[in-house]
Amino acid sequence: MENQNNNITPVNFINPEEAAIYQALQKDSEIIIEDKLENTMVLNMGPQHPATHGVLRLLLKLDGERVIGCVPELGYLHRGYEKLAENMTYYEYIPHTDRLDYLATMANNVHYVLAVEKLAGIDIPDRAKWIRMIVAELSRIASHLIGIGTMAMDVGALTVLLWSLREREKIQSIFDKVCGARFTTSYTRIGGVASDIDDEGIAMIKKFVDEYPGYQYEIEKLLHTNKIFLDRCEGIGYISKEDAVAIGFTGPNLRGCGVEWDLRVKQPYLFYDKVDFKVPTYSEGDALARYYVRVDETLESCKIIKQCLEKMQPGEVKANLPKEVLPKKEEIYTKMEELIHDFMLVNFGINPPKGNIYAGFENPKGELGFYIVSQGKGYPWRLKIRSPSFNNLQALPKLVKGCLVSDVVAIIGSIDPVMGEADK
Amino acid sequence: MGLEALLRGEDFITTTIDEVIAWARKSSLWPMPMGISCCAIEFIAVNDPKYDLSRFGAEVARFSPRQADVMIVAGTVTYKMAHVVRRIYDQMPSPKWVIAMGACTSSGGMYRSYPVVQGIDQFLPVDIYVAGCPPRPDNLINAIIELQKKVEKTRARDFQDKK
Amino acid sequence: MENKITNQAVLDIIKEKFPNAIENFEEFQGDFIIYVKTEFIHNILKFLHYDENLSFEQLTDTTAVDWATRKNRFSMVYQLLSMKNNYRLRVICYVNDDLIHPTVTDIWKGANWQEREVFDMYGIKFEGHPDLRRMYLPEYVEIHPLRKDYPLMGNPGDFKLPPIIED
Repeated sequence: MENQNNNITPVNFINPEEAAIYQALQKDSEIIIEDKLENTMVLNMGPQHPATHGVLRLLLKLDGERVIGCVPELGYLHRGYEKLAENMTYYEYIPHTDRLDYLATMANNVHYVLAVEKLAGIDIPDRAKWIRMIVAELSRIASHLIGIGTMAMDVGALTVLLWSLREREKIQSIFDKVCGARFTTSYTRIGGVASDIDDEGIAMIKKFVDEYPGYQYEIEKLLHTNKIFLDRCEGIGYISKEDAVAIGFTGPNLRGCGVEWDLRVKQPYLFYDKVDFKVPTYSEGDALARYYVRVDETLESCKIIKQCLEKMQPGEVKANLPKEVLPKKEEIYTKMEELIHDFMLVNFGINPPKGNIYAGFENPKGELGFYIVSQGKGYPWRLKIRSPSFNNLQALPKLVKGCLVSDVVAIIGSIDPVMGEADK
Repeated sequence: MGLEALLRGEDFITTTIDEVIAWARKSSLWPMPMGISCCAIEFIAVNDPKYDLSRFGAEVARFSPRQADVMIVAGTVTYKMAHVVRRIYDQMPSPKWVIAMGACTSSGGMYRSYPVVQGIDQFLPVDIYVAGCPPRPDNLINAIIELQKKVEKTRARDFQDKK
Repeated sequence: MENKITNQAVLDIIKEKFPNAIENFEEFQGDFIIYVKTEFIHNILKFLHYDENLSFEQLTDTTAVDWATRKNRFSMVYQLLSMKNNYRLRVICYVNDDLIHPTVTDIWKGANWQEREVFDMYGIKFEGHPDLRRMYLPEYVEIHPLRKDYPLMGNPGDFKLPPIIED
């Protein structure tokens, strides 16, 4: 870092006028002008940015156009979820779990209710399990559609985003028919689901699942042999197998590195051991492999939904345990014991046994886990949410080193974080 | 259609300058989506082919504050984020309006906890509040129409001295 | 798919290497939990990661619990996952009274941000951590919100707002 003397002309200027301005500027102000080629710059890719998925702040240290260091900063959407959980009962917390990963809302509901049922030791009827599987797989398709669409949009293909949003609107109309709300559903209850799906809803689901692979093929025709897309995504953001496991990757990111680990197959819950599906795995470990994993997973989810619709039998959708499960509305207005149970459950909550559990499930983004410590009362003593996006983002400084600034955007798109979950 | 049906050879329209400027401003409100959390997804859904927002002139959603008229704050605002929102509001040129979308920005919403600002109007002047968690896309289009009715009544000289 | 190793086998392997480190163990709703004395925690976790039979490759979660008693107020909880054996284990230990705890970032890289979050929410310092600063709350704040003596709505004056616009 030397001061340039006024007698030496900088060599990079073409015309002498510019050199004169440069020297006048130096005389006038307090700027210390170093050698222009040995200078690093800190760039702030701030919380409000069209290409970071939500409010994520990145501080990039640049040498020209290459990134040599990166520090992410989270916390712009920290809403105090864990402190809120210590002050409300297990039932009252169900609408809060919707807003965690707000792109796959039904999946969060299903996983939270499964964790509470593991703690309390409640068993649910068969039809409720099939319905929970169907809505969880539908929200997996919805979440991957946004992942595909925004990654294509970040790289430059804007049409793909509008096509995938058109498909997502169909899924949201199905949710509207099933439970009444198109976006933040709170459909599951402890002990089953809130209400049954009628025949019109099942016809809508069947129609969507039959037509979806055709629309997926149209998106493939646009992107998968496109030289610009392949050049921008291939070979960047590489991470090796051992680093990925040690740093806490789970979900499609881990399956894009060659590790075949899917919680639906290894530690099955609901009826995933009775349906037949593949787990797509690619071993290259770069951004393009993670994109391909998401595309293949949507087609596998369509297969799962078809098999669920065939195997489902008519029956009850809520368990018959008066001390833990809310009774039916018609019975509350006409019978005495149900009224008393409803009063006790709403005011004092279910009282699970004393102890602590951890339950981890396969969210579209990775492994979503709930660690619940219960002291025997109606509200938890401690509830910790293990969110997949928080642990996936930890690898970002390592993935980004050495690439250009425009590759940073593609890498964030391939990790597919959601800040509502990472910031809790 | 429209204006051409009125033209019959003597092409003069008499009106006041204020009305023409207000009509031009209301028909081309360019939003700046301050998309923070779940309400931002519903804002994206307003732009897609089913609930088209470009019918009302608000298609150009630029993410730069220097080129926008109305800031739609969509999502929960925490104390850490409030300084950022305020800085971006200061960068917008006047005339500017603010729509507070959803329950979290109107009054804190379902998050009555330590880091959440209980309502945007503690540090920003808000024109329209939209209810819902998240509000349906039809509801947001209704909000834009109400804002258009409000803009129609403004006078151009009100914004003369503001930056 | 079932586990390839049983709870009793894990307990025997640990007891053989560290004879007096385990205080207690329990099984609850299908989970296996072991309670460990604080001075052995770093060595036990290192052994669990590098051993070939057990080989817990991934640290799923790190958290702390506030029991609101006067002695042994905080306890640290580690969730471990072994992909080779398809097995989950939980290790719990108490934190010393001066609130300084050894770090595990030299064993698993993924513990970096998880320990920063525990420091932010509870105030437990980790010695040996490469970069211990706050995770979620802004830097000027002095409180630790998840402790049981902090109210849900916060105390007035803890956080700063931008000034109101004079019109």
